[in-house]
Amino acid sequence: MQRYLFTRVIQSGLLMLGVLVITFFMVRLTGDPARTMVPRDASPERVEQMRVAMGFDDPLIIQFARYVGGAVRGDFGQSLHYRAPSMRLVLERVPATIQLTLAALGFALLFSVPLGIIGGSRPGTIWDTLARGFGLLGQTVPNFWLALMLIVVFSVELRWFPTFGRSGFASVVLPAVALGFFPLGQFTRLIRSAVLEVRSEDYIRTAYSKGIEEWQVLSRHIFRNVSITLVSILGVQFGYMLGGSIYIESIFAWPGIGRMINEAVQARDFPLVQAIAVFSAGFVVVLNLLTDIAYALIDPRIRYED
Amino acid sequence: MTGDTVLQVRNLAVEFDSIDGTVHAVNNVSFDLKRGQTLGVVGESGSGKSVSMMSLLRLIAEPPGKITSGSAVFLPRNGEPVDLLQLPKRWLARIRGDRIGFVFQDPMSSLNPLMTVGEQIAESVRKHTELQGSVCRDRAVELLEHVGIPGAAERYNNYPHQFSGGMRQRVMIAIAIACNPDIIIADEPTTALDVTVQAEIVDRMQKLTKELSISVIWISHDLGVVAGIADVLMVMYGGSVVERGEISRVYSHPRHPYTIGLLGALPKLGAAQKRLVNIGGSPPSLFSPPRQCAFAARCPWVFDRCKAERPPLFFATGSHSEDPSAHGHVTACFYDLEKDRRRDPDETGIDVTAFEVGQQG
Repeated sequence: MQRYLFTRVIQSGLLMLGVLVITFFMVRLTGDPARTMVPRDASPERVEQMRVAMGFDDPLIIQFARYVGGAVRGDFGQSLHYRAPSMRLVLERVPATIQLTLAALGFALLFSVPLGIIGGSRPGTIWDTLARGFGLLGQTVPNFWLALMLIVVFSVELRWFPTFGRSGFASVVLPAVALGFFPLGQFTRLIRSAVLEVRSEDYIRTAYSKGIEEWQVLSRHIFRNVSITLVSILGVQFGYMLGGSIYIESIFAWPGIGRMINEAVQARDFPLVQAIAVFSAGFVVVLNLLTDIAYALIDPRIRYED
Repeated sequence: MTGDTVLQVRNLAVEFDSIDGTVHAVNNVSFDLKRGQTLGVVGESGSGKSVSMMSLLRLIAEPPGKITSGSAVFLPRNGEPVDLLQLPKRWLARIRGDRIGFVFQDPMSSLNPLMTVGEQIAESVRKHTELQGSVCRDRAVELLEHVGIPGAAERYNNYPHQFSGGMRQRVMIAIAIACNPDIIIADEPTTALDVTVQAEIVDRMQKLTKELSISVIWISHDLGVVAGIADVLMVMYGGSVVERGEISRVYSHPRHPYTIGLLGALPKLGAAQKRLVNIGGSPPSLFSPPRQCAFAARCPWVFDRCKAERPPLFFATGSHSEDPSAHGHVTACFYDLEKDRRRDPDETGIDVTAFEVGQQG
């Protein structure tokens, strides 16, 4: 277990170093960084001034060392647009994004777990058809379209929920449904197929041969094995949602990281883009680490390896 | 050891729906099992040996599987006789693991990888007895000791992957005997194990079942293993019983062409064989309903009648002076191998509903 964790932590560290290298060169590969940071019609003197101010005239290796040194301390420089430390701006937006992501995942799990289990354990029935229908719908309906439809129906017509902004519980419902609909479909399909697969395992037959009732076989034997699959997609999906919520946060004017990415890119706010990129990557890396730990907690074969 | 009948199976038929049509996996299988007796069921893959036994407790997938006819009257030590095939699922769950235990072929995949072996034994004990909590745990440890797991108390908390194949199979045996059942159905319990471990498992099963006077249905395709453990042998082919009788009788006087072929195919120690002997041809398709002898296409004694109707069971007597039913040895063949002639068309088969297997003293 310790060696397993140690390996994963080291791997995560290396991954973050890779992320820093990529974000550093990303800025330099898209042309003269100084020029991209000033208005298009700026004078050459203004560009030169920016170059010196940002330290772009130093050797690359020194710039990189400075960048990594800053990154380690959480310092990605001033946002050009907001005139405030980039990382602080990002961190201010994090709670809103996490709130939305958790709400969306909660919504997805609430429906996908029962649907997937019923569909998988009763293949061919009406429940299974329903589960497969939801699975297909969830994965094919574009979330920006769904978001607009939800606003039209539930905000404009029915006036049940606010159209945009972040103000209390009601405001999170529509964006969460719009964002959670894709994972709802994905989870339903994955849980359904995992249940189908586990159900035909020899040890499930053993459980039945012991006289265990069906619902106990389901909860004690099948679901525990299916949860390995579930945990792995949850981890991936959580990370994916940070990026996938760009549209949703923009449509609902949700003050999270997704909308900030949109703004920062449009404003060519490079320090802010870098801060967001590194933060999001770090978030995904941590999630993966947590997923690996969860694996070990569920599956003794990983826990007791080595 | 043998005495009263504990299981009476009559005219069992099982079908499976598939894309290509209905598979008639088990046709008209009847047999009796006595208390303390070990019934060896042999046959090749697809002969219906596993399916017929698993379907007794509805452990086949339904659908696509379907039990289309038959009865399986179970007579427990203490309790009323019940027809297993008529029982509602809830009742069946009380018999499974309690009165009838199972040991499966592959111990590697037959235990839940996410649950400790102790818990998997205790689960069965908790389900079928009044025992709770630590008493239940103690019983599971005791069972682990009983099947010969050293350091049982510590091993209780181990997971299946920490056990060797032979030890996992011992855990399966512990689960099977947990509630002191009337019957254990063992589906090729030694096939996935290496030979030395095989012998160990066979010995242990034999010792435990004799000790607790448990009847065993031992499904196998290994005639050698069965010879060592079974009292009665039942040979299956194409979903039907083709020969049945006291094991020594069947081995010394096989009276069905398929059994003769099987025994002839056994490699012999010391014999200078270049190639293994085989039975010519291939197993029958089970898609069409059985209207002829399933073995007709491969049989050296085949004649027109074998392809026109399905042979019932006939007595395959030992010697002419004896009562033909004395050894309970029967064969489903129109050719009387005892007398080396075709049976008379008016010779009637045995009424299976009245027949009992292995009527030894």
